[in-house]
Amino acid sequence: MGGKRRLGKGVCIVGAGMSRFDMYKNKDSKQLFAEAFKECIDSVDKGIDPKEIQAMWLGNFTNDFFIHQGHWGPIISDLSGLPPKPATRTEGACASSTLAVKDAAYAIASGMYDVVLAGGVEEMSKISTEAVSEGLALAGSPYEVYEGFTFPAVFGAIATAYFAKYGATWEDLNYVTVKSHKNAKLNPKAQFNMTIKDVMNVRIEKYKKKGQPVPEWKDEFEALRDPRFNPVVAWPMRLFDCCPISDGAACVLLVAEEIAQRFTDHPIYIIGMGQGSGRALHDCPSLTSFEANKHAAKEAYEMAGLTPKDIQFAEVHDCFSIAELIHIEDLGFCKEGTAYRFVREGSTKLDGPMPINTSGGLKCKGHPVGATGAAQMVEVWHQLRGEAGSRQIPKKDLHIGASENLGGTGGTCTFMIFSNEK
Amino acid sequence: MEERYFNDISYKQFLNEERLMGSRCKGCGTLCFPPRPICTNCYSTDMEWAEIKGNGRLAGFSSIFVPPAFMAEEGFDRKHPYVVGVVELEEGVRAVGRIVGVDANRPETIRIGTPVKAEFIHFSEGDQMKTHLAFRPVEGGAS
Repeated sequence: MGGKRRLGKGVCIVGAGMSRFDMYKNKDSKQLFAEAFKECIDSVDKGIDPKEIQAMWLGNFTNDFFIHQGHWGPIISDLSGLPPKPATRTEGACASSTLAVKDAAYAIASGMYDVVLAGGVEEMSKISTEAVSEGLALAGSPYEVYEGFTFPAVFGAIATAYFAKYGATWEDLNYVTVKSHKNAKLNPKAQFNMTIKDVMNVRIEKYKKKGQPVPEWKDEFEALRDPRFNPVVAWPMRLFDCCPISDGAACVLLVAEEIAQRFTDHPIYIIGMGQGSGRALHDCPSLTSFEANKHAAKEAYEMAGLTPKDIQFAEVHDCFSIAELIHIEDLGFCKEGTAYRFVREGSTKLDGPMPINTSGGLKCKGHPVGATGAAQMVEVWHQLRGEAGSRQIPKKDLHIGASENLGGTGGTCTFMIFSNEK
Repeated sequence: MEERYFNDISYKQFLNEERLMGSRCKGCGTLCFPPRPICTNCYSTDMEWAEIKGNGRLAGFSSIFVPPAFMAEEGFDRKHPYVVGVVELEEGVRAVGRIVGVDANRPETIRIGTPVKAEFIHFSEGDQMKTHLAFRPVEGGAS
């Protein structure tokens, strides 16, 4: 395998771990990363002495803002017992930890290091929702934020343009949401590991207790149409179209392919890496596509020598339901303007031809922004090793998975392709 | 007056003066709005100001029911949402701004393609003045 873009040396993942994502009162960034790190080193089949780790890359968007502490590279390095070895922080908004993994892979491919830890962390829930929105808006373009756009509003505006262009409706987005919740129910690490029906039952019990009128929802779709259950955040984005505020950490252990067998007989090979940068919303060539994502995909497909048809499943950056539709088009899994039908037909379900976000995605697994990219890779790692438990993709010959991670409103986009075969 | 550079500071100063000013590259003619200090087509820094009329059509929008802190200070909240949008201007560039003169509580009545015209919303005065760009549907405009 391999196209014209090649790493100087092959790079493999031989360990992966993540904390459970949630809103925690008593867990901080260090606690969460310690949980991810411990799971990661314990996941190495033949074991690893963490002292063998030669360097670390850490993604963090803006703990500086969220908890008023910067300079997270050395803090997490110290936590992991790695000083005086080098630690480097990467920042690409919500794509920060994919940048960490990419840079770690380049460091190994360059020949400089053989064993590198890469991951990410974010601690968002200690401040008010309004303050979190303000923090996230730091990654927006200066023009949109100045005029009062929020992140949900940017994706809301994109959704209205998408609907007008292709004839899709908000109801189509609900198929993404229902599917994400179904998958998350099977993921014990997910912040919302419950189906929409479970959420409905919780609400019904709450209404009963308070002596309020109990709604008679026929199914999930009817509940999602009920503004009491699913209020508008930024039209047409309702609450269930938006990912939550989360705390969490995730990391992967990368090694040079030539020494991978020392750690495991089942490494996951990084066969494609791509990245793109984008423009402010008003300057994008199209309001219904992320140019940077298409570039990232092109780079990664070229490196892997693959086409979209070869990808068997993917984690994509569903910060908002509409984003999942646009990403699967930009990555080439279906034609532009058809993703809403693709999803409606069930193609992206766990047992469909192209499972998307088997983890529950950002929507249900949670989105501690700096940890998300690495957490997507943790899911791909489990799936490709056949260790995803009750949410294991029921496909024979599962060999190639991918993860797509978007920062800001498309300012930083990344696409990674992995295989369990060399 | 101090020289005005082709950047966001000048863009906002012009908004205070109720003018929409972009940059036009003298080398290749590329129009940029807001203005840019270097042409990303031919990399010339030889620019001239180009005034945008402010007529366009709504290309995308959102009605915001959960506002950021600075908009909440203006009095917006879940019961008092506001609309923002992307506008395709007749000069062939786009702008983002607030969309006024529409029913933010009934966003389903707002149509993509609606003809709009620019307006300016001023806050404070003098050196403290800040101006937001807004667009309003044109009376009797065909949608």
